[in-house]
Amino acid sequence: MARAVTPARTWMMTIAAWSVALLIFFPVLWMILTSFKTEASAVASPPQLFTADWTTANYAEVWARSDYPRFFWNSVVISVGSTLLGLIIAIPAAWSMAFVPGRKTKDLLMWMLSTKMMPAVAVMIPLYLVFQRIGLFDTKTGLVLALMLMNLPIIVWMLYTYFKEIPGEILEAARMDGASLWNEVLYVLTPMAVPGIASTMLLNIILAWNEAFWTITLTTTKAAPLSAFIASFSAPQGLFYAKLSAASTMAILPILILGWFSQKQLVRGLTFGAVK
Amino acid sequence: MSTQSSRAAARLMVAPSVILLFVWMIVPLAMTLYFSFRLYRLLSPDRTGWVGFNNYTWFFRAPDFWLAMVNTLALVGGVLIITVILGVLVALLIDQPVKGQGYLRILVIAPFFVMPPVAASIWENLFMHPQNGLFAAIAQGFGAQPILFLENYPMPSVIGIVAWEWLPFATLILLTALQSLSSEQLEAAEMDGASAFSRFRYIILPHMTRAITVVILIETIFLLGIFGEIYTTTQGGPGSASTTLPYMIFKQAIVAKDIGRAAAGGIIAVILANIVAYFLMRGIGRNLDA
Repeated sequence: MARAVTPARTWMMTIAAWSVALLIFFPVLWMILTSFKTEASAVASPPQLFTADWTTANYAEVWARSDYPRFFWNSVVISVGSTLLGLIIAIPAAWSMAFVPGRKTKDLLMWMLSTKMMPAVAVMIPLYLVFQRIGLFDTKTGLVLALMLMNLPIIVWMLYTYFKEIPGEILEAARMDGASLWNEVLYVLTPMAVPGIASTMLLNIILAWNEAFWTITLTTTKAAPLSAFIASFSAPQGLFYAKLSAASTMAILPILILGWFSQKQLVRGLTFGAVK
Repeated sequence: MSTQSSRAAARLMVAPSVILLFVWMIVPLAMTLYFSFRLYRLLSPDRTGWVGFNNYTWFFRAPDFWLAMVNTLALVGGVLIITVILGVLVALLIDQPVKGQGYLRILVIAPFFVMPPVAASIWENLFMHPQNGLFAAIAQGFGAQPILFLENYPMPSVIGIVAWEWLPFATLILLTALQSLSSEQLEAAEMDGASAFSRFRYIILPHMTRAITVVILIETIFLLGIFGEIYTTTQGGPGSASTTLPYMIFKQAIVAKDIGRAAAGGIIAVILANIVAYFLMRGIGRNLDA
């Protein structure tokens, strides 16, 4: 029995919902529109939503500035690198916690989560000094390590909630059929675990890409990713709005697209499985 | 059921994560604690020594310390209130039978994927800028003076920016919870003549309680450490009007290069986080199915 939904009501709700959604999205939209304007029309008064003199010159110019591609590349290396390293360390841990849980497993998971609550500023000073001493300051390796450790609890938690949903009976059935441990892992578990690993990877690349504390405090120029670059991009009194917008759009676009693909997993990932 | 050897293997598989996290937590913390009792300025490296609680008393006596504490809590509290209330409303709206719901979700979630420096920089330059910002243009359109957001209202402006970033997170989680509510219950209540408000008050809201708790818990973890937004927009100013505890410590370490004082601030931040975490873990433990 369906609820009585009149077409008029549907249209009213549709208009209301779309207005609110567009309002929330508007700053991003405005940034993208501004990135295609000339600098003059970007600060035109009154402001123009659309402009007659569309241009892609801002993108070309930002990209041609010799340093932009380097920041971009640093972002890619740091976010993907820290995620892959984190997965290598976390998969065995999550695996054994999900399939061979002990009495302390729950406490261990809670403890891991509690390390996320350690304020970054409290560990920043030693890390800053140690990194400078051993030559990891302003290197991609250093940031990969720092971001990997920062996100490790989330990676373990996400993988754990995914692995826990793989029914243990399947393993027993495979074992009874005489599958070796290796075959069990390769043919039974891996295919079932891949979607969970993929969404964990996606979400953590996003988190690492957008990280802005460690990237600002542990780099100067050489290893600085986009988050540090944009943070220091001072637009001198509106002269570079269009270029700032183009640089910003390029900085967020890859992640926006990845994010849209992973929005379903985002909920369970960031709530540590509490909301699905 | 599991054998002795598989238990040993399991421990071996967990070990790297546990050891790494333990070292990552305990070594820097021990060092921070050590530095917090030392005179240690990068600009005068030859003058060192134990200074007792001097670094701590400096912090407690610093004129901007209590302001920074208030700002930190105002940021967390303000963003939580805004995102939870608006999140519930937006989630309820999107959950209605509307056209193009999938696209709506895509639009609403977008701000969450915008990295903090970009979010801050868009708001600072394209919207809040007193000459060229969109808000200034709107104010002038009404013949009013542009509001100097970041100069006169730095904390509310930062709270607004951060709330914009986190509203999608709250909305998405609350929407997910809302969609797991069976519509039969609502239909039954509607047929029994329950008003829209009492349906919300007695059916929808209790159903969402768990999701709301989770939103509050998770957001708090991230909000206590908010840094990039302040660094990009106000740099903690004007004066120290928008300085939070993390930013104050950052200034001591990176700008003033006084490691001892910054470390003392770090320990204060740990204590603050522990107080918050104590309440968080009590709530989160009940809500996570570990």
